[in-house]
Amino acid sequence: MAWLTEFGAIAAMQAFNGLSVFCVLLLMALGLAIIFGQMGVINMAHGEFLTVGAYTTYVLSGLTLHYAPSLQPYYFFLAIVVAFVIAGALGWLVEWAMISRLYHRPLDTLLATWGLSLVMQQALRSIFGAREVSAELPEWLMGSFSLTDAIDIPRNGLFTVAVTLLLTGGLFLLLFRSRWGLHVRATMQNRVMSRAVGIDTRRVDRMTFALGCGVAGVAGAVFTTIGSTGPTAGSLYIVDTFLTVVFGGAASLLGTIASAFAIAQTQSISEFFMSGSMAKVLTLSAVILILLLRPQGLFASKVRK
Amino acid sequence: MFSLNQWASGYGQSQILHDLDLTVAKREIVAVMGRNGMGKTTLFKSLMGILPQWHGQVTVDGVDVSALHTHQRVAKGLAYVPQGRMIFSHMSVLENIQTGLPASARGHVPEDLYALFPVLYDMRGRKGGNLSGGQQQQLAIARALATQPKVLLLDEPTEGIQPSIIKDIARTLKDIRTLRDLTIVVSEQVLSFTLDIADRFLVIEKGRFVVEDTRANVDEASIARYLSV
Repeated sequence: MAWLTEFGAIAAMQAFNGLSVFCVLLLMALGLAIIFGQMGVINMAHGEFLTVGAYTTYVLSGLTLHYAPSLQPYYFFLAIVVAFVIAGALGWLVEWAMISRLYHRPLDTLLATWGLSLVMQQALRSIFGAREVSAELPEWLMGSFSLTDAIDIPRNGLFTVAVTLLLTGGLFLLLFRSRWGLHVRATMQNRVMSRAVGIDTRRVDRMTFALGCGVAGVAGAVFTTIGSTGPTAGSLYIVDTFLTVVFGGAASLLGTIASAFAIAQTQSISEFFMSGSMAKVLTLSAVILILLLRPQGLFASKVRK
Repeated sequence: MFSLNQWASGYGQSQILHDLDLTVAKREIVAVMGRNGMGKTTLFKSLMGILPQWHGQVTVDGVDVSALHTHQRVAKGLAYVPQGRMIFSHMSVLENIQTGLPASARGHVPEDLYALFPVLYDMRGRKGGNLSGGQQQQLAIARALATQPKVLLLDEPTEGIQPSIIKDIARTLKDIRTLRDLTIVVSEQVLSFTLDIADRFLVIEKGRFVVEDTRANVDEASIARYLSV
């Protein structure tokens, strides 16, 4: 029996580990899903907005340590907000300077955002150096709760889950209860008709892009609690994020959540039983198989044609 | 209230509309009749700024809106019910109407809108895509009216709709004209519908108005000749 409880404990901890991955993946994918769903823009630079959020947290942690060490336990909340604002503002700027000029050329957008991601990576490398850095985490984020003798739940994981829940809930409220959300969903479905009922779709686009990038920035802040930050931290996630969006069904946010969960858990649990690359193979094969059966993604909303 | 001056538009190199002139008075209903491919939809799309105009002006209540973006034209009082209805099929009936509401309405649909279309109140929680064709047409009209327009443009509102509902729509249009002091321009191929509602008849042929008749001396046979294939 002893081996069984031990096995159960390991499975539980591994599943919780998967939950942290799920959170970062979800925060990335939600932003990407809204941007892709509404504007049809494939933003290859989305990962770099995560990196920007992560470096923002790193810089803020350094600043508090230097100027106001007494505030060190609380700086992380500020970091989340600042990461959102900086990544969002950068996204706004990018939409204004680049994306808005390429709406009629989707393939060029793909290339342009990829170029942007390279530029941003190199810029970050020039500013912060190629070495990975870590934000100084506050005391209360470190260590773990012991549920039983065998199961340890890390605190940073719990914090990540809480932030993700709050942000996802907030996004859903914004999308389904606010006037802005109504305009976003209308634009997603029929851009021309949305203009013809008086919606300024350009403004909606700019706001949406900024918001999606802002959420990626928060993902970056959260990311610092589970990994160290390098110039290419975000680009490691971009493929998984696109996979999540496509697997979930491009127009469905619930689908995005379900697919982020499925991909993160499959990856994390199978990683324990086989090597990392084999786990990846397993995840990808499962995704491909399901997409063959359901090309429209996991969830697609039904209306009569 | 609504006027066109030397209005021209087209696709790429080919001109479709040739220097159209039109003046519509307040509370007047004007029918633009014509066969498929004569420029009815092109006219409406260019009026809304969905297609670029080549030259000419369109004015609403004395304001030239021809240089404005589509959503700005809506704010100036133009509303559009497109051919094929184009409702947001994945959104509920209520949400469809709300997309047209100005920010000041705070999402509240005016009572009189539901009074005009009681069926939309009953169906307000349903997805727009699950409504029947006639109900979708009413929804498209309600959504356009939610923008508080001065001029309503309807592109073939009877297309693919059963005759009993067509009668309903005709009555509703006459009602809103008086209730809201609305100017209506409607394009049609069905003569019986426009004979029921219009004050003035225009026939468009190859992008030019070729016949103009008021209700009093409309010659049904001559218009019908332009509509038959």
